[in-house]
Amino acid sequence: MRIFCPHCGERGLEEFTYAQDAERARPTDGGATPTKEWEGYVYLRDNLKGPRREYWYHGGGCHAWLVVERDVSTHEILSVTVP
Amino acid sequence: MCITLFNYQENLLPAMRYSFLSVFTQALRGHTGWKPAWRKAEPAPSYDVVIIGGGGGGLATAYYLAKNHPEVGRIAVVEKGWLGGGNIGRNTTIIRSNYLLPGNEPFYEFSMKLWEGLERELNYNAMVSQRGIYNLYHSDAQRDAFARRGNAMLLHGADAQLLDKAQLRREVPYLNYDNARFPVQGALVQRRAGTARHDAVAWGYARGADLRGVDLIENCEVTRIFQENGKVTGVETTRGTIRAGKVAMAVAGSSSLLAAKAGLRLPIESHALQAFVTEGLKPLIDTVITFGAGHFYISQSDKGGLVFGGDIDGYNSYAQRGNLPVVEDVCEGGMALMPMLGRTRLLRSWGGIMDMSMDGSPIIDKTPVDNLFINAGWCYGGFKATPASGFCFAHLVARGEPHPVAAAYRLGRFAEGRLIDEKGVGAQPNLH
Amino acid sequence: MSGYRLSQGGVIDRARTVNFKFDGKSYAGFAGDTLASALLASGVKLFGRSFKYHRPRGVFASGSEEPNALVELRTGAYREPNTRATMAEIFEGLEAASQNRGVSLKYDPLAVNNWLSPFLVAGFYYKTFMWPSGFWEKIYEPMIRRAAGLGRNAGMPDPDCYEKTTEFCDVLVIGGGADGAAAAIAAAEAGQRVILCDENAPLYALQLPESVRLFSRTTVLGVYDGGTYAALERLTDHLPSSSAPRQRLVRIIAKRSVLATGALERPIAFGHNDLPGVMLSRAVGDYVTRYGVAPGRNVLLYLNNDDAASLIPTLHGAGVKLAGVVDARPRSSDALYDAARAAGAPVYAGAAIIRAVGAMGVKGARIRLAAGGELSLPCDIIAVSGGFNPNLALTSHFDGKPVWDERIAAFVPGILPPGMEVVGKAAGQGINANILPVFHSGYVPGKSFLDLQNDVTVKDMKLAEREGFASVEHMKRYTTLGMATDQGKTANVNAIGVLAEALGRGVGETGTTRFRPPYVPVAIGALAGAHTGRYFRPMRLTPTHGWAKELGAVFVETGPWLRAQYFPQPGEDWLSAAQREVNTVRLAVGICDVTTLGKIDIQGPDAAVFLERVYTNSWKTLAIGKVRYGLMLREDGMVMDDGTTARLGETHFVMTTTTANAGRVMQHLEFCAQILWPELDVAMISVTDQWGQIAVAGPKSTATLAKLVDAPFDLSDEAFPYMACGALTVYGGVPARLFRISFSGERAYELAVPARFAHALAEKLMEAGAEYGIAPYGTEALGIMRIEKGHAAGPELNGQTTAHDLGLHKLLSKKKDFIGRAMAARPALMDTQRQTMVGLKPVNERDVIRAGSHLLPVGAQAKAENDLGHVTSAARSPTLGSIALALLAGGPARMGETVRVYDPIRGGDFEAVVTSPVHYDPEGKRLHA
Repeated sequence: MRIFCPHCGERGLEEFTYAQDAERARPTDGGATPTKEWEGYVYLRDNLKGPRREYWYHGGGCHAWLVVERDVSTHEILSVTVP
Repeated sequence: MCITLFNYQENLLPAMRYSFLSVFTQALRGHTGWKPAWRKAEPAPSYDVVIIGGGGGGLATAYYLAKNHPEVGRIAVVEKGWLGGGNIGRNTTIIRSNYLLPGNEPFYEFSMKLWEGLERELNYNAMVSQRGIYNLYHSDAQRDAFARRGNAMLLHGADAQLLDKAQLRREVPYLNYDNARFPVQGALVQRRAGTARHDAVAWGYARGADLRGVDLIENCEVTRIFQENGKVTGVETTRGTIRAGKVAMAVAGSSSLLAAKAGLRLPIESHALQAFVTEGLKPLIDTVITFGAGHFYISQSDKGGLVFGGDIDGYNSYAQRGNLPVVEDVCEGGMALMPMLGRTRLLRSWGGIMDMSMDGSPIIDKTPVDNLFINAGWCYGGFKATPASGFCFAHLVARGEPHPVAAAYRLGRFAEGRLIDEKGVGAQPNLH
Repeated sequence: MSGYRLSQGGVIDRARTVNFKFDGKSYAGFAGDTLASALLASGVKLFGRSFKYHRPRGVFASGSEEPNALVELRTGAYREPNTRATMAEIFEGLEAASQNRGVSLKYDPLAVNNWLSPFLVAGFYYKTFMWPSGFWEKIYEPMIRRAAGLGRNAGMPDPDCYEKTTEFCDVLVIGGGADGAAAAIAAAEAGQRVILCDENAPLYALQLPESVRLFSRTTVLGVYDGGTYAALERLTDHLPSSSAPRQRLVRIIAKRSVLATGALERPIAFGHNDLPGVMLSRAVGDYVTRYGVAPGRNVLLYLNNDDAASLIPTLHGAGVKLAGVVDARPRSSDALYDAARAAGAPVYAGAAIIRAVGAMGVKGARIRLAAGGELSLPCDIIAVSGGFNPNLALTSHFDGKPVWDERIAAFVPGILPPGMEVVGKAAGQGINANILPVFHSGYVPGKSFLDLQNDVTVKDMKLAEREGFASVEHMKRYTTLGMATDQGKTANVNAIGVLAEALGRGVGETGTTRFRPPYVPVAIGALAGAHTGRYFRPMRLTPTHGWAKELGAVFVETGPWLRAQYFPQPGEDWLSAAQREVNTVRLAVGICDVTTLGKIDIQGPDAAVFLERVYTNSWKTLAIGKVRYGLMLREDGMVMDDGTTARLGETHFVMTTTTANAGRVMQHLEFCAQILWPELDVAMISVTDQWGQIAVAGPKSTATLAKLVDAPFDLSDEAFPYMACGALTVYGGVPARLFRISFSGERAYELAVPARFAHALAEKLMEAGAEYGIAPYGTEALGIMRIEKGHAAGPELNGQTTAHDLGLHKLLSKKKDFIGRAMAARPALMDTQRQTMVGLKPVNERDVIRAGSHLLPVGAQAKAENDLGHVTSAARSPTLGSIALALLAGGPARMGETVRVYDPIRGGDFEAVVTSPVHYDPEGKRLHA
């Protein structure tokens, strides 16, 4: 895969680290108790086929966290943005 | 816990039995008398149990369900492609029970014992070869971690040995001991570990299940899971509707896709793992070796190819292929550890889809939907688990309660905090 | 002896004779020859023995698809098994040997397998070797393994070196034939940056524009995402061994690619079609035209298509006798008749070769005629053509399945990888449609081989079908067809054809062949490149590495770092050195490079708020000029890392992390700042490499430092107490940061200077401390002291422990949200019976606790149910003897109890007392000593 980093230009997969999908938001309840929302955020994944947004870290470059829209069935990269 | 592991007395129908004699007899008549290894079954309108997934897990489950729990009634396995076409047919064939945590070790040791009797159990030569596995350590801290693990294995009744460098060098002389970036200091050895012929495992279970009346239905993809009042009632497939008393899901990398049809979200993310085999060579490596300072492990198949692999590609994927950085990383590990591999040629690489769970350990459990069961989250280690996975899943499906050695593999453990995280990396599936 | 060198023709250099050896015998060829062409020219027919039945085999093809003529090339550590003789260019002094054979190629005792072949059918091993039960590993498997395999690995480190490069282009053209060259020229003329890769040696000078970069002897191996192609350039394989790089992995990043790899011929299977002398028709033509070699003196051509008829004029023109043309088609084309007539060869239309005749090579052929009846024809070469398969392997490296094209009776590319275009024969264009699909010449007694290398016959296929292994994937796995080193390039299509016939289906609906990377087998060494041996991974050296080396330090790998482990004096082993170093710190002063700890500079108006959220404890209240210990959790509530963070200014902090987690923490903080809380005005950067940091520890640390610190900096306890920090200059103006923190438990400091001054700083400190008996200490002493002090480190921060487990729960603020707070409160993580950190001391002073030992109740049976925990870290303290840290179920409640320390894997079994984890100076008085 080649990812077009908005800061650095197009770079190879080896410079990036995938973290997780960008479809889940961290609960904003203050986080004192392990609610269902927290379980969902930390542990559950949709993990479906097709395009989705995910977080990639350009650790081998500018250290930016990027939102990469990618088709997980074909590995096609549809867009890359800086959040 | 009292389990009958093997039933040596049980004989298959004489005509179907495989032996030197049957091969000899067939040779005399030009091998025209062999029957199909399993029937090509057509889906019936209804079964007591429908197992989704005709891979190692599904076929083993069908076999043990039919054999150990005949009271469950009629059983079918529905497979979207061809039997044994998933990860059972694309792994690196290693079997072992060298786990650390109490949630895992009894299960894998139980699996190891099933492997040890598998050929006689199935009357099928799955070429279980107890060639041993060496997990190399490269630092004092790693040695101590392996000592901890080895001690845990011994406490669970498995075998384990810790070798220092001199002992290891005598047994495995061809490693890079003298010019290494991370010098090898020794190894944790499990002598009973080894390899098995992966396809034969699938075929052996398929044949055994078929002989016990299980319908193995290929090219039959589940498109819907029906439920009424919170209870599963059957499945819609590409070959028609099948009613079912119980539905058992064993679809590895496709687990999330299938579970979504029942409205479930799983603690699983699918990832691509590549594996590699070299051209055939005369005997070179007579065991299984795992590098402790890089992502690389290797063994040699009976056919002579060196079978090796490394880390997952690291990103969510449903494509059965990987990318070049991991290919290079794995080969770098190989060369760093075994410089004699330089001129050996990589023949073929392939990819599989791993159901990476959030703590690196599997799930064998009921689901919130009544009579719907799940067997998933095997990460890249499902092959060695195949016998126990099938045995324990069959137990769960038949009795509605977990088998004692798989009791930790609950879906609810994530909410409760009862994690089985061997690597200690947390809810980051690509790091397990 | 049948092959010979033609008096003219070929693109070899006849002026340059090249001498080489095969199986110890000397031969000569010409520059430009391959091993195959040179041996054929010398009359050699027998090249090897087959995989399973050990049948004699000769050259079958002329390119990388060769299934038969595999040899061990070169000798000693340079020996390279399974090398295709058709791809090995000869050089002066080359030595090659046949493989997978007995004493000699001619006499192979394992040829007995050929007689046993009725039993050794596809899958026989799944049905046998099960009795008696212990025999598999001991008897059967070793026997099978010895018989299987092909060539021998040298068993010695590969002496060659390899490289990797990355190239970029607009258009990558794969294949340097006419179609490829045309595509390259067109793209170059349109102003595109073009790379052209051709697998072969540059025999013909391609007329290319200068802007086209030509990579000869370069095989494109695989297609990967994002227009990434892996190619292998063979740099010196055609030369005698030298120190120059042997091969180069070229990663080509291309916007588009043009696949112009032509077509590969497939044979027709017939009885004994593996005899040396049975060859692909185009290979026969290639040897004549490229190498000026006639593979035989009397060639019988067996075909089912017009493309292969081009061999007739080639042979005729070269003066090679054509014994006849056996055409499977009921009626041959007029052109074929004309050519055959000109060559004086009879044409047998509608006929088939039933079997080849001969023992060690072709002596003739048995032909079934159209009208019925059979005919024997003498010949020494059977040139066979069953049609041409577009060479489309690279098109199926993604998910594209090839599609059966009835018109040319071949698979053509299906859905292509993004950006790929296929031209010419690779696309099925220009392949003659005048073909009658025939995959084997009829089911006859004797073996008709489909996969020559894996010895898979037509009968094996039918058996697989009979046993239900009828899907292409099952068939392939059951029979091993297509799994050999040629990946079935000449076998797969015929096998699918035979399977289709057995199933009574069309070829297209029966299945397709899929190819996996690499296109041809590639040396592991080339894929590893220079990353081998000591250069496997980069090595990070501390800024005082040279200084430590001068002092005789022994170094240890710590992740990517190399750190000083201990500084032995004459006669000291590691333990006595480390214990002396500890004593020096406890009694006087010692210094240790702690640069490897991660250092993250955090700045911004919201820096304090940011720390509040990533650490479990409070940070807003930290005064400027103060340091605080912080604990960080993962979002799942487990401990991620710990360390100290100093507040240098209102908006400026410097965080330290453990050495092991430095990268991970940095990534985590950036995730928090950029993704979770983009509203916070905070920025951070790793300064681990920028600051060299040295711990100065011991009661004389203040006195030592005082000599270096520039006035007016005040080191007094009042001005710079425990947990103070500040900026200053040392020894006359070097900017520095000083932290009064202690890992050892003694009065101690960490002094950071720009990394380039660290070596000098270490020397100055040694001078300054000389009068107090200063000594450097390494990671062993560091480890002993941290266990004495009960600090959690790597073995305790193992990702499986909570703050409670480590006795750090007081650091969990109840007043604020922080990462990991919610999930840390899960019921099972709050269980008081969880394994919690404690200290251990052996009951008997002679016993030495080892890390990795398990803990059992005294008197309980040694089994898993009784397992209470394990020893995480152990040390041999110079003052306290054997001490340890452990994770023990219900730990705090067991203080003072005795437990059994059980280490069966190393043979330890004794009792220890549970203590506080803080073994040394629990009141912390030494910090101020």
